Amino acid sequence: MHAVKRQMIMAITGALFLVSSTCFGAGIPDKVTIDSIQKYYSAVDFNHAAHINTLKDCGLCHHHTTGAQVNDPNCVRCHKNSGAQAVVSCKGCHAAEPFTPEALKRQRDQVPPIYHMDKVGLKGAYHLGCLGCHKKMGGPTGCQDCHKRNVSGDAIFHSNTYTPKSTNEPKQSHH
Amino acid sequence: MIDRRDFLKGCVACSVTAASISVAGKNAFAAGSFEGYPDAMGVLVDLTRCVGCRSCEAACNNEQKLPEPDLPFDDQSVFMEQRRTTPKAYTVVNKYEVADKNTLFRKMQCNHCNEPACLTSCFVNAYTKTKEGAVIYNSKVCVGCRNCMIACPFNIPAYSYSSPTNPLVKKCIFCYDTRLKNGRPPACVEICPQQVMTFGHRSDLIEMGHERIKSNPAKYVNKLYGEKEVGGTSWMYLSSVDFDKIGLDNHMQNEPIISNVKDFLGMVPMVLSIWPALFTGIHLLATKNKGEHGDHDHKEGDQQ
Ligand code: SF4
Ligand code: SF4
Repeated sequence: MHAVKRQMIMAITGALFLVSSTCFGAGIPDKVTIDSIQKYYSAVDFNHAAHINTLKDCGLCHHHTTGAQVNDPNCVRCHKNSGAQAVVSCKGCHAAEPFTPEALKRQRDQVPPIYHMDKVGLKGAYHLGCLGCHKKMGGPTGCQDCHKRNVSGDAIFHSNTYTPKSTNEPKQSHH
Repeated sequence: MIDRRDFLKGCVACSVTAASISVAGKNAFAAGSFEGYPDAMGVLVDLTRCVGCRSCEAACNNEQKLPEPDLPFDDQSVFMEQRRTTPKAYTVVNKYEVADKNTLFRKMQCNHCNEPACLTSCFVNAYTKTKEGAVIYNSKVCVGCRNCMIACPFNIPAYSYSSPTNPLVKKCIFCYDTRLKNGRPPACVEICPQQVMTFGHRSDLIEMGHERIKSNPAKYVNKLYGEKEVGGTSWMYLSSVDFDKIGLDNHMQNEPIISNVKDFLGMVPMVLSIWPALFTGIHLLATKNKGEHGDHDHKEGDQQ
């Protein structure tokens, strides 16, 4: 684990010109348990270190927040030099409940009323980010490759122990 | 099967006489001039994000307490064929093979039109467009004529034949009762892992949709489907391929369907006075579908 961390730090310093001290001061976790929106699936044990090793660009997931060089052409327009932010975690900015009346109002009223207007919710941020990249880079893409479905999940999907009776008949029969 | 427009026109023709017996004071529906309620909500559907997981179908089934599905919702074999909405499934996801071995999935459900053809074609006023944007219906007054089914440009209302006591027409109601009227997004929107669907004020979503196209013109075709189509719909779509390729008519008229039969529409609330005239139209339809509908005719006659 220590080795991974060292490797990772070297990788980052190697790849980037600008690594703000805040980035390290906050302590980069090797592992992150993503458990804030579990309902039908179990938590995700996210290997942060391995992802850093592979990607070597914090901004691919963290946009302009880590203080590392900003490459996203969209972010760059305002955040070229805005430095490390106090909050870098996904859930720090992406709302777990993006569509409540309050959240919609916040989104509508924000200043300046542009760019962050169309910010996806937390679940969307995770999946669009993770799955989008996994598709491109050949990572796992099945739902249960990352998080096992729990019993309430099986129930709502009518799967496993909740499989409809009629399905148990040979499936090919219906052409 | 008679063509649905012909059928509607038929209804209009036979109700012209009745039109002259106008009832003042009824809040007639001003077809063609209705821009949608100012604070109406909507959903922006970004089809480039959908991965075909069918979670939305599962959530709908659960929220609307629909019957057990034939297959589990994680069964991908359903994509072998094109499905449509049924009394047991108010939303279905279909798969489309588009260019370069690419696939696109499209979730279909009621689009909650600003000027719903289902509503205007219903002569017992079973349908309501709520100020929040949902098109809901009162199953208690539905007489089972299937006008709405024929009128809907998106082929949405489905028919339940299973029980005579059950509502006859069934379709997505934007989770109005359980969610929308309390300001909450529909169940499908909430469960979707990919945030294919963005819930918000329709006016904001229109801006958002155009902004997405503008900031990524290579990704999207330059059209927000549903902004203008048939007078505008609450659910609007962004796509990476021509909408024709994914089962949405790209040449849908911008006027509400019902402008075709505008004069008729002003009278929708005066159901009872035009009943006899309409009956002819219904009878025509009913005899085309013998067996299913004979008893409904009888019921309608009784109520008169
Ligand atoms: S839940 Fe979302 S991603 Fe899954 S099929 Fe439905 S719209 Fe597509
Ligand atoms: S999509 Fe069809 S059922 Fe839904 S509101 Fe429009 S006309 Fe009515």
